[in-house]
Amino acid sequence: MIEINNLTKNFDQFTAIDDLSFTVKEGEVLGFLGPNGAGKSTTMKLITGFLSPSHGSVSIDGFDIRSSPIEAKSLMGYLPEGAPSYGDMTTLEFLKFVAQIRGYRGEEILMRVKRVLDEVELNSVSQQTIETLSKGFKRRVGLAQAIMHDPKVLILDEPTDGLDPNQKHHVRELIKNLARDKIVIISTHILEEVTAVCSRAIIIAQGRIVADGTPAELEARSKYHQAVSVRLSENYDLAADLTGLADVGDVEKDNEDDMVFRILANGGNSIFSQVSEIAQAKNWPVTEFHVSRGQLEDVFRTVTQQKQGAQ
Amino acid sequence: MGNLLIIFKRELLSYFATPLAYIFIVIFLVVNGFLTFDFGGFYARGQADLLPFFAFHPFLYLFMVPAIAMTMWADERKTGTIELLLTLPINLRDAILGKYLAAWALIGIALCLTFPIWITANYLGDPDNGVIFAAYVGSWFMAGAYLAIGACLSACTKNPVIAFILTVTICVIFVLLGYPFLLGMLTGWVPQIIIDAISSMGFLTHFDSISKGVFDVRDFLFFGVFIAAWLFASAVVIELKKAS
Repeated sequence: MIEINNLTKNFDQFTAIDDLSFTVKEGEVLGFLGPNGAGKSTTMKLITGFLSPSHGSVSIDGFDIRSSPIEAKSLMGYLPEGAPSYGDMTTLEFLKFVAQIRGYRGEEILMRVKRVLDEVELNSVSQQTIETLSKGFKRRVGLAQAIMHDPKVLILDEPTDGLDPNQKHHVRELIKNLARDKIVIISTHILEEVTAVCSRAIIIAQGRIVADGTPAELEARSKYHQAVSVRLSENYDLAADLTGLADVGDVEKDNEDDMVFRILANGGNSIFSQVSEIAQAKNWPVTEFHVSRGQLEDVFRTVTQQKQGAQ
Repeated sequence: MGNLLIIFKRELLSYFATPLAYIFIVIFLVVNGFLTFDFGGFYARGQADLLPFFAFHPFLYLFMVPAIAMTMWADERKTGTIELLLTLPINLRDAILGKYLAAWALIGIALCLTFPIWITANYLGDPDNGVIFAAYVGSWFMAGAYLAIGACLSACTKNPVIAFILTVTICVIFVLLGYPFLLGMLTGWVPQIIIDAISSMGFLTHFDSISKGVFDVRDFLFFGVFIAAWLFASAVVIELKKAS
């Protein structure tokens, strides 16, 4: 379990992380979201002990990162932002180096290295120097070193940045497979990733938590949650038919398509059956009719901009 | 195998993975040979010792050692590998010593490869090999002092060129401190005790006596303490600056 208490980090006059507290339990895949500069990477650097907090504490399975750094770091695998690695080494040499630092000796070194080479599919480039590798391969080298010791806690700073869709899919599958009995924290600004792999998401803005919940819970906070989306074949005044229904809110026209309308639901209640009854009774000129899920992107924008507006 | 040794090995191998180590060694040997035989008048002196060889080392190191030291931490910070290294389960001490000792070992290897000069002296005459051995060790310690300055200043910046220039400058100061010319300018109007203190901080003061065969543990101790102090300063700098 990771416990983060009142974590604060000041750089000179600037507060990058402002009194952050949360805990992450085994089996959770936590997506760490936020606009650029919100403090995602700084938080990860504090958790992994690269930076020291100005106030507050981080403990990994009871080991405080400041008072027992070696024990805490042994439990963690970390992919720093940009996946840095020693460019003049070959993939194999670099991973052997990490295996040795992680405490493996003798034959076990090669066993471990082979296992991670297979796991992230790096065998084809094991003899190449890392600086000659493509961005995707470099990222995978970074992932390989992070999972070398089968860590209990995996901290990945933008693990799929710069990967092509196939590689992204592969990395996400990898994270899902790893996640069963582990703690995984990934930072990302790709929201689909959160829905794809995370069991929980925290959105931070200006160093503070502005939302925390499962992706579904966060989606439910969207004003489009439970909204009914309709495509019409000719102009028709939908709003006139819907007045008087308590659960039905505004009707919005789509930005991109003149004939698509969204009927919003008040308070997140399901309005699909009510609206579809009216549509049949009034004989709406409908060609498409479906319930839209809440959009994480929409929630993300709302909560992070509210935060900026409040300042 | 401790973490210090693992880091030491990685660093030393990475010097040899690029042309850096080979270029350093070749230039070190060529310049040393040129200075000793042409400039130092190794043959003309008609003495079987390596004094002309060692006499140039303080000046040779002035440019060679900062070149080795400049990337030590600046590159780690520039490429972000410092974040990888320092979030692995190791002590900062092991990282600093491992990297430092690897660079120091490279200089040691280059120094050992000057052995033909020593063989020449033994072939032509009958030098005091004890003195030569002590001078070799002394020279290596002095290089270590330059390197420790370089390690610390390399940690101060992400830019290796800035690290190089700063290191050369600071090293020049420590070489000049022991220079008789500078000390002569101070004589008469500065209390003798201060002149002695300044001169005792100079590299030349300690290296001259070592290379002339005056074996005094205090000279080695000076370099040892000097190295330790700058490495400790590196640790402080890395702690403070690693985030930026």
